[in-house]
Amino acid sequence: MSSNNDSISKTLIVVISLCLVCAVIVSTAAVQLRPQQKANKLLDSQKNVLAVTGLLGGGNIAELYSKHIQERFVDLDSGEFVEKPANYDYRKFMKDPKESVRLSADEDLASIKTRANIAPVYLAYNNGVESGELSAIVLPIHGYGLWSTMHAFLALGADGTTIKGVNYYEQGETAGLGGEVQNPKWVAQFEGKKLLDASGEPAIKVVKPGNAAADSAFEVDGLSGATLTSNGVQYTFDFWAGAKGFAPFLAKVRDGALNNG
Amino acid sequence: MANAKEIKTVLFGPVFANNPIALQVLGICSALAVTTKMDKALVMCIALTLVTAFSNFFISLIRNHIPSSVRIIVQMTIIASLVIVVDQILKAYAYDVAKELSVFVGLIITNCIVMGRAEAFAMKSKPGISFLDGIGNGLGYSVVLMTVAFIRELGGSGTVFGVEVMPLVKDGGWYQPMGLLLMPPSAFIIIAGFIWILRTFRTEQVEKA
Repeated sequence: MSSNNDSISKTLIVVISLCLVCAVIVSTAAVQLRPQQKANKLLDSQKNVLAVTGLLGGGNIAELYSKHIQERFVDLDSGEFVEKPANYDYRKFMKDPKESVRLSADEDLASIKTRANIAPVYLAYNNGVESGELSAIVLPIHGYGLWSTMHAFLALGADGTTIKGVNYYEQGETAGLGGEVQNPKWVAQFEGKKLLDASGEPAIKVVKPGNAAADSAFEVDGLSGATLTSNGVQYTFDFWAGAKGFAPFLAKVRDGALNNG
Repeated sequence: MANAKEIKTVLFGPVFANNPIALQVLGICSALAVTTKMDKALVMCIALTLVTAFSNFFISLIRNHIPSSVRIIVQMTIIASLVIVVDQILKAYAYDVAKELSVFVGLIITNCIVMGRAEAFAMKSKPGISFLDGIGNGLGYSVVLMTVAFIRELGGSGTVFGVEVMPLVKDGGWYQPMGLLLMPPSAFIIIAGFIWILRTFRTEQVEKA
């Protein structure tokens, strides 16, 4: 290496031109591949919705999805269905000050700080959408665990309270401990339990591992070695089943809002 | 361009004679993390091989212009850019695998093999041979990773590349899976075993006490 490589001007020229070249390559790759990545994300989210309703068999995911799932949008405060807003992206809307509400410390059970005004719900029809026989209502829920925001889909029966499935599809908890929150065996415990009690209050309880009463309609065992993640799951359910979450919508479901379409 | 013998040494030397994991003991961290499933390990191997090869190539290409005072940062910039491109490609064309590998693709940036080869080989060799050196070291890494992944997946889940080989007890078969193999420490044990066997046959690799 010759010594003039180390002169200030040469150093600057090399570093700046290298940065420019690398920046162009990286941004070209990012921009060129974005449509493909977006399609993958969409497919992945469709797959997760199908998985939680138990409709995910073999076959084309996009086809199954359009056959069995109907996407609707709910104004969380009123619980009414609304039209899909323009440029809707749930993840973006939940952070956007114009499209979300800031939760006060008392309201913010799940430590999510802001909540979108409009949330998507997925109506699942086992015999196809046109049959009109509603099988499950899938709600997107999320809340903070120990390290990360855990995202899940919660499938409820047509009565709006019996849990048909839970699918934690995105989390960053400790692998092997809190990370077990996405273990199908663990979430299978939720099946058949009731989300709400008779008066419509959130009632599902994640208790200390091994303490869930077998005949209880509301108790599930927590994760051993992961108390804080289990608490996070509890708070997530409390929040989303509560007044600031889907409670107004679920009250309407119980009154038969979905029976006539 | 170098002669055929040199090419062979550079390309296949790192597989057993000068294996980056077994002899140089570089890049252990990802070897622990991504070896529970063979398909994951394979994608990781391909990604790492490509990144090492191309980073060696590009660094070697501009080696005479890199100011020595900032050479590590220059190498890092090139490696990081390549890793981001690989990550983007994986997200676009192998989404499921990319999701499982998650941070580990990003961590190729800090994988010692890439940096080590850039600094030790590419900075003083021609681009073509540097490229081959990257492929060779990638192969060496891959051999170890795939061996470890094979043992861990077969022993821990009774499958090879996701295809059932030994039916598990819980699915009505006869094989009781060995849970330890799915935990990261088992990779240490297997790599140690690999090094032990390798050094039994290649005694020149044994360090002097």
